Amino acid sequence: MHAFARSRRAFLQVSAAAGGALCLELVVPALARGDPAPGAALAPGDTAPGTAEINAWVVVHPDDRVVIRVARSEMGQGSSTGLPMLVAEELQCDWSRVSIEFVPVAQNLRRDRAWGSMSTGGSRSIRESQEYLRKAGATARVMLVAAAARDFGVSPLECRVADGIVTHEASGRRTSFGKVAAAAARLPVPANVKLKDPKDWTLLGKASVARFDLPDKVRGNPVYGIDVALPGMLHASLVQCPVFGGSVRSVDASAARKMRGVKRVVELHDAVAVVADNWWRANQAVKALRIDWDDGGHGLESSASILAYLHAGQADANAATARSEGDVDGAFANAAKIVEAEYFTPYLNHATMEPQNCTAWFRDDAGTARLDVWAPTQSGEASAAAAAEAGGVPIANVAFTKTQLGGGFGRRGAFQDFVKYAVAIAKTMRGTPVKTLWSREEDMQHDFYRPISLTRMRASIDAAGTCTGWHTKIACSSISASLATGRVKNGVDMQACGSFVDSPYAVANQRVDFSLRNTHVPVGFWRSVYHSQNPFFRECFVDEVARAAGKDPYEFRRALLVGDHAKRDLAILDLVAKTAGWGAPLPQGTHRGIAVADAYGSYTAGVVEVAVDAKRRVKLARVVIGVDPGHVVDVDAAKAQIEGAVIFALSAIVYGEITLTGGRVNQRNFNDYRMLHLRDAPAIEAILAPSGGFWGGMGEPPMACVAPALVNALAAATGERVRALPLVNAGFSLATSA
Amino acid sequence: MIELEVNGSPRTVDVEREMPLLWVLRDELHLEGTKFGCGAGLCGACTVHVDGRAMRSCSVPVSAVAGRKITTIEGLPVRGALHPVQQAWLDLQVPQCGYCQPGMIMAVAALLAEKPRPSDADIDGAITNICRCSTYARVRPAIHAAAKRLVAKV
Repeated sequence: MHAFARSRRAFLQVSAAAGGALCLELVVPALARGDPAPGAALAPGDTAPGTAEINAWVVVHPDDRVVIRVARSEMGQGSSTGLPMLVAEELQCDWSRVSIEFVPVAQNLRRDRAWGSMSTGGSRSIRESQEYLRKAGATARVMLVAAAARDFGVSPLECRVADGIVTHEASGRRTSFGKVAAAAARLPVPANVKLKDPKDWTLLGKASVARFDLPDKVRGNPVYGIDVALPGMLHASLVQCPVFGGSVRSVDASAARKMRGVKRVVELHDAVAVVADNWWRANQAVKALRIDWDDGGHGLESSASILAYLHAGQADANAATARSEGDVDGAFANAAKIVEAEYFTPYLNHATMEPQNCTAWFRDDAGTARLDVWAPTQSGEASAAAAAEAGGVPIANVAFTKTQLGGGFGRRGAFQDFVKYAVAIAKTMRGTPVKTLWSREEDMQHDFYRPISLTRMRASIDAAGTCTGWHTKIACSSISASLATGRVKNGVDMQACGSFVDSPYAVANQRVDFSLRNTHVPVGFWRSVYHSQNPFFRECFVDEVARAAGKDPYEFRRALLVGDHAKRDLAILDLVAKTAGWGAPLPQGTHRGIAVADAYGSYTAGVVEVAVDAKRRVKLARVVIGVDPGHVVDVDAAKAQIEGAVIFALSAIVYGEITLTGGRVNQRNFNDYRMLHLRDAPAIEAILAPSGGFWGGMGEPPMACVAPALVNALAAATGERVRALPLVNAGFSLATSA
Repeated sequence: MIELEVNGSPRTVDVEREMPLLWVLRDELHLEGTKFGCGAGLCGACTVHVDGRAMRSCSVPVSAVAGRKITTIEGLPVRGALHPVQQAWLDLQVPQCGYCQPGMIMAVAALLAEKPRPSDADIDGAITNICRCSTYARVRPAIHAAAKRLVAKV
């Protein structure tokens, strides 16, 4: 078994031994359990002496151990196992002798981004890396076989390879990757190597693979950002202006400064931090600060004022148009029936179990200013850039180390606020490493929240019950607008219109309008992003339309999923409906809902069964979620993504809501921002149905159908249509937690 | 000075009496396997054993556990061998990000010490740790698997 974090004691020893030249990511994750102690003199990402780097991804040891490098972040999704599997499938090495090594950011920059993007989000890790990883494995294999063939004095075509052993068929001579690796590394790199046909895969989508990260995780060994411990390190806690966009007017830190262990009070533009010798002491002192805040003019904003702003967006006749096909106005003019409904989803916090944190250390290295930074990040390169900017240090002098992540879900990617604050705080403590950690309350009240959305849909039905027109108007915050990426064009954020602008439903006349409603509340990418809300709107509304047309919701969808572009939606819908026994009798009091969606390149459908009692307590009797991601790499990890996504979604559907009063977030901790517990977790049937020919994502797609399938089931059970989440606001609770 | 027994070793710490055990473990004794999640006893990421019983260390003043036997995730394996709960967690591939898992594993180990064959209702009542990756679907079968391992060992 392979490990990629060493014992904490060794971590500290390396920290101490390496002194100035800290390069933990480098050595730490590369080690397999039982390896000899690392050479602390190795530079980040360097290849250990005696080993051969066949290419950027593949390092072979003389004893046949293979190290496969990983560029994306491991945040629980399992890609630190899945990505190496892609390489190994083509390399045809002995999987049981593979270990992994994370690529340091600085090394990627130094080597002209040999490892490509390190960004980890958008369910992209596997699908956007798969081609170059499989090619890296195949290229390395061709070089290793060529070196072996040269040893044998034969043509490579006469050799076969399996489990890292190269055999000359005719003579029976054998050698191993380890023996020929040094020679292979010096051979020219072949171009255009041929990749296996997926039907010939032996590892991908086949084997039950033990994840690399778990042996350490069950022992509590991995080093998350919060666990970084350096000699002489101090701890910081901070409080940011409770009203977004506000700033510090004045601070009375007289009481805080007298508290035990307090080293410094740091005043920033919109936050105040205390640095102490222990985080609890720092946080106690933060609570003793008396701060006069300038609310930046947002102190009167509230959930009510924001809702009014969304309604104003709905009323705006000049909203931008994202999609227009056919004659929507004509369809409504000639309709036999018109269905109209307005749906709402609130702001949501990510609530990663590991609160935001980052460690920064300004060092003077023989007259050169250096900055060492550690953080749990979904984007190591963005973190390094943010650190350089916040620290005023050239990026070449920044050593950024990506730690393990205690959850990501989009919180730790684009915005890098944790790096910026930690670097600003450490900058006042030159020469001393400072770890800045958010309290849960601070983490709850300062996030980049899932956008709030008020969406109205209208559909026209003709006398035969066919849907002839569909008009959607979305009033929603735009993440792209807040990032100023230039992706908002003519007032339209296409990403925010996903599921509508690309709806697979064959409706002749369609229009999608968008009203950009950004407020003072920061918004960001929250697992499945707009697919956490738009499929909820669309798939619930389709049910409403089906009911108005007097049709079964499953059959109604089938009739709209026609043509080649909808064939995969239809196939996954059919599979899930069949598995769930759609149409078959249910126990008395149990009711079903169904939904279908495509997201992040994958296709998904779901059926949820519920029973609701007189006190509106909901029993989640059954959840079936199917995903067609094209190809599956690690079967068990892919199933785990479905299982996790279902409950992640349910916490939001049942409880999740961030509200504002006086410009600030009301929720503070898990008591008022609740999560499902073990007792609430329903039985989940996770169906993987890879149909081949494309590569879709796995981390986010299974979120999409949970809300609509559940809410459609509630409508079937109660006759009542919930159009605003969370369910607790409609008086529902979970039977298991009531 | 407060005297503690942590993972079988005597430790002395010079800290405020009200400092939560969690921060003594993490920032004073460098046992970082025990995690901070909420600071309010709500999530269970900081669960340790005090005299064999599960406690949320973020909400226990260190003075309250002076002289009592404290076990953290680092002290759960016996002579390096995984505890049956850890082994079941590995066999069923329970963890995702893994951050809450030391607390979850400690809570389950304490439950099984008290109730070697817990019913689902026992599990529902005792295990209220929050896992944001939502590994619950595997936690329950892993608890039952660990219970079988423990009974087999006796």
